[in-house]
Amino acid sequence: MIEVLFYILSTITLGTALLTIFSRNPIHSAIYLVICFFSIAGHYLLLNAQFLAIVHVIVYSGAIMILMLFTIMLMNLNKEHEKHKPKLIIIAATIAFCLVALVLLAALLKTKPVVESYYNSGTDFQSIKVLGQVLLNEYMVPFEFASVLLLVAMIGAVLISKKEKQKA
Amino acid sequence: MESTIIIEKSVIIIAVFALTMLMAMYSTLAERKIAAWLQDRVGPNRAGKGGILQPLADGLKLFSKEEFLPNTPNKFLFVIGPAISMSMALITSAVIPWGDKLHLFGRDIILQATDIDVAMLFIFGVLSVSVYGIMIGGWASNNKFSLMSAMRAGSQMISYEVAMGLAIIALVMMSGTLSLREIAAQQSGMNWNIFYQPLGFLIFLVCSFAETNRTPFDLAECEAELIGGYHTEYSSMKMGFYLFAEYASMFISSTILAVLYFGAYNYPGMDWAVENWGVNIANVIGMVVLFAKICFFIFFYMWIRWTIPRFRYDQLMNLGWKMLIPLAIVNIVITGAVILLFQ
Repeated sequence: MIEVLFYILSTITLGTALLTIFSRNPIHSAIYLVICFFSIAGHYLLLNAQFLAIVHVIVYSGAIMILMLFTIMLMNLNKEHEKHKPKLIIIAATIAFCLVALVLLAALLKTKPVVESYYNSGTDFQSIKVLGQVLLNEYMVPFEFASVLLLVAMIGAVLISKKEKQKA
Repeated sequence: MESTIIIEKSVIIIAVFALTMLMAMYSTLAERKIAAWLQDRVGPNRAGKGGILQPLADGLKLFSKEEFLPNTPNKFLFVIGPAISMSMALITSAVIPWGDKLHLFGRDIILQATDIDVAMLFIFGVLSVSVYGIMIGGWASNNKFSLMSAMRAGSQMISYEVAMGLAIIALVMMSGTLSLREIAAQQSGMNWNIFYQPLGFLIFLVCSFAETNRTPFDLAECEAELIGGYHTEYSSMKMGFYLFAEYASMFISSTILAVLYFGAYNYPGMDWAVENWGVNIANVIGMVVLFAKICFFIFFYMWIRWTIPRFRYDQLMNLGWKMLIPLAIVNIVITGAVILLFQ
């Protein structure tokens, strides 16, 4: 049962991800990406991670993609007049993506012993209480750094928009 | 065992679905009657006794109207817009506790479709996704006014979601859980959250008006500027679905307000009723009480709509970002300090 669900979800994820890249209309791309995010949330649910699934829906489908759609609609980019990008950029982007994938793979492989120790401890990591304790005890410093990073990005965005206003 | 649970849950789901539909239907009549009452008119009184069949007449009219598709390259998205709105308005009812439990056929029946650990986040997820219905529909209409309206609705909902989430955080800090069932159970007797979180309630209330696109925040369907807003191009039952979705989500958000802040199905003397009259009667009264609270909030929504004029767009944004969000943060700080002091 779960295997069948996994295959259906994977088909949707990969299919919509490819459609996101290949559709001509940016709005259609964005909508395919939303469906892709939903299917990823489904994968999280299959792994019994309710919290992660719902937060994923709220943040990615609910906030980021709506802002994205909003920008596309506001800029009126739906004319399909996008020119073909030079070959060099495509190659560079592919190489950059492969490097990121490599780093991610290495990082994920390194977490394996830690994850196994969590498995063996037998605690219910689906519960938010346990998740919060782990995040704010063991991973306190990276967690806080992530919030600082977000704050910096926010301030930067405000600063950039302010400067543009003064010029005009 | 398994099959009885499936039957039990499907009965609850169908009952809740029917109830939501019925309430949405009669909210349309109630809205017109209350508007008439506030403006010293009679209101619809031709269909049935005192206009009681008016919603059916409206529905029949919408169904029999001509189905019209505008000249748009996105027919599929045009059709799917109202569908998203409607299904997102209905899906939230899955996590709401409609009562404590009933004791029937020798087993306890929990009056909730599903009790997930992250019910509160689930509601937020659904809320944030429900914007797609309006945005996709408005964009696919291929009409400038619809597009403007869709963008207004989108930015408004995103802005007010932030303040709403912050208001809820204070409540979660206090109750220590995200499960609506536990939050409801914690408010037994007169121990309602409104007495502990008055500011949080106020922020949540204002935001829920904005999230359901009701006056004074209904800039998305501002007739004077935008014709009909995002449903300008819609006709027949597709428009009916948009209007229906608004009433359904009004019902659901009234329910959430009642559950989170007004003690859900709890009423003073519930424990006494359980002891003396049995579980079933006490909980049926509880459901009726919850229903009365919901009806009060629906009335409140309508009362506001026919009393307060619409905001201007900059006023709306100022209220959201410069008033409600700082207030919500202050509320979180105060709640945290009080919790620390009393520990």
